[in-house]
Amino acid sequence: MRPLLSLMRRDLTLATRQGGGAGTALGFFLAVLVLLPIGLGPDQFTLQRLAPGILWITLLLSVLLSADRIFQQDYEDGSLEIMAMSSQPLELVVLAKALSHWLSTSLPLAIAAPFLGVLLNLATEIIWPLLLAMVLGSVALSLIACVGASLTLNLRRGGLLISVLVLPLYVPVLVFGLSASTGSVELVTPSLLILSAIALASLVLAPLAAAAALRAYLK
Amino acid sequence: MQQFANPARFLKIANAVLPFVWTVTVILFVIGLYGALVSSPADYQQGETVRIMFVHVPAAWMAMFVYSVMALASAVAIIFRHPLADVAAKTAAPIGAVFCFLALATGSLWGKPMWGAWWVWDARLTSMFVLMLLYLGYIAIWQAIEEPGRAAMIARIVALVGFINIPVIKFSVDWWNSLHQPASVFKMGGPSIDASMLWPLLVMGLAYTFLFLALHLVCMRSELAQRKLRTILIARGRAN
Repeated sequence: MRPLLSLMRRDLTLATRQGGGAGTALGFFLAVLVLLPIGLGPDQFTLQRLAPGILWITLLLSVLLSADRIFQQDYEDGSLEIMAMSSQPLELVVLAKALSHWLSTSLPLAIAAPFLGVLLNLATEIIWPLLLAMVLGSVALSLIACVGASLTLNLRRGGLLISVLVLPLYVPVLVFGLSASTGSVELVTPSLLILSAIALASLVLAPLAAAAALRAYLK
Repeated sequence: MQQFANPARFLKIANAVLPFVWTVTVILFVIGLYGALVSSPADYQQGETVRIMFVHVPAAWMAMFVYSVMALASAVAIIFRHPLADVAAKTAAPIGAVFCFLALATGSLWGKPMWGAWWVWDARLTSMFVLMLLYLGYIAIWQAIEEPGRAAMIARIVALVGFINIPVIKFSVDWWNSLHQPASVFKMGGPSIDASMLWPLLVMGLAYTFLFLALHLVCMRSELAQRKLRTILIARGRAN
């Protein structure tokens, strides 16, 4: 357990120090948030209706675009190979890296997004359901992004390919996340339970798939 | 299963079987198309446009069937290291993608007179669209990775991850659709189908399956030839 915790600490430190780029995802989120009302028109009522959808899609894209950071640098400087050769199973290494990505990128975004919804005239009573759904959903988003990142580890044009591979897999998270945050003002809805199930399932399955892909690249 | 592992033996069997498969395909298409376009009656609600169904529905079936074939072949490749399984999965993907496109395109042609729009974000259309994206992602992986062994390994994972997700995506899209619009408006087909329309549909489904079998064998054959060519070229490059 301790090697994995120290790996997470290392990743979190790298992400938050200079050049780590943990804040860049938030910058991207804000940039998209400015463009959308310009594209859709400033009408307050329309924005309020579209706000949850806009916030969710922006969250998906921000998590996706930060995904290449999960393995890329470690692959290039060789530390990923050392991790693969260590006594820890590669699956757990992947899980630790995915969780650090969640802690450093997805979780801050998921917490910030509902409050940034104020810019879109988001109805105040759905801020809390949205926050809860986004925090749970972002676990699945990070893990699925981690699978995509491992599948496209050292590919040229990997950025476009990862979108084609990962965005279809984001459909269930988007559907249930949106339905959990807009269906009612209650906090626990059936959609939220399904969303949690997706998060738990990806917690188990995503490290298996990602580790298998990494092994193919490290061979 | 393992006795077909030898590509030379596979080629021998494929060459022997192919003329037979093509013949069956043509016969089934002649019967099926006659039933679909000539003998079956026009629908009392949809009129002649109902005939689109006979090319549309089997294409949608095949799009799903071919992805299952792909996922099964990928699983076989991982578990048994069967040397032909990767070839089977790789060559099935473009065929499946074309069936998927055919289903979307004919659905769109049917939708214009029926729903008044080329495209409607109905649950089935949306999940078919996502299936198309999964096919494209799988094909793109083979294109993007140069080294064949690594491409095969990554492609297997992509196919299996997609296969696990298809039911979840289908379920979520159905959920989403019932959330946004009542299903009654876009209920396809109306009342349960009459026998005069059912038999051409089933024959067409069988015809499509044999068409896939024939195309798949041809594609696998050319893929094997391509690999042999590659090996020869590399060997010649080394010798020089």
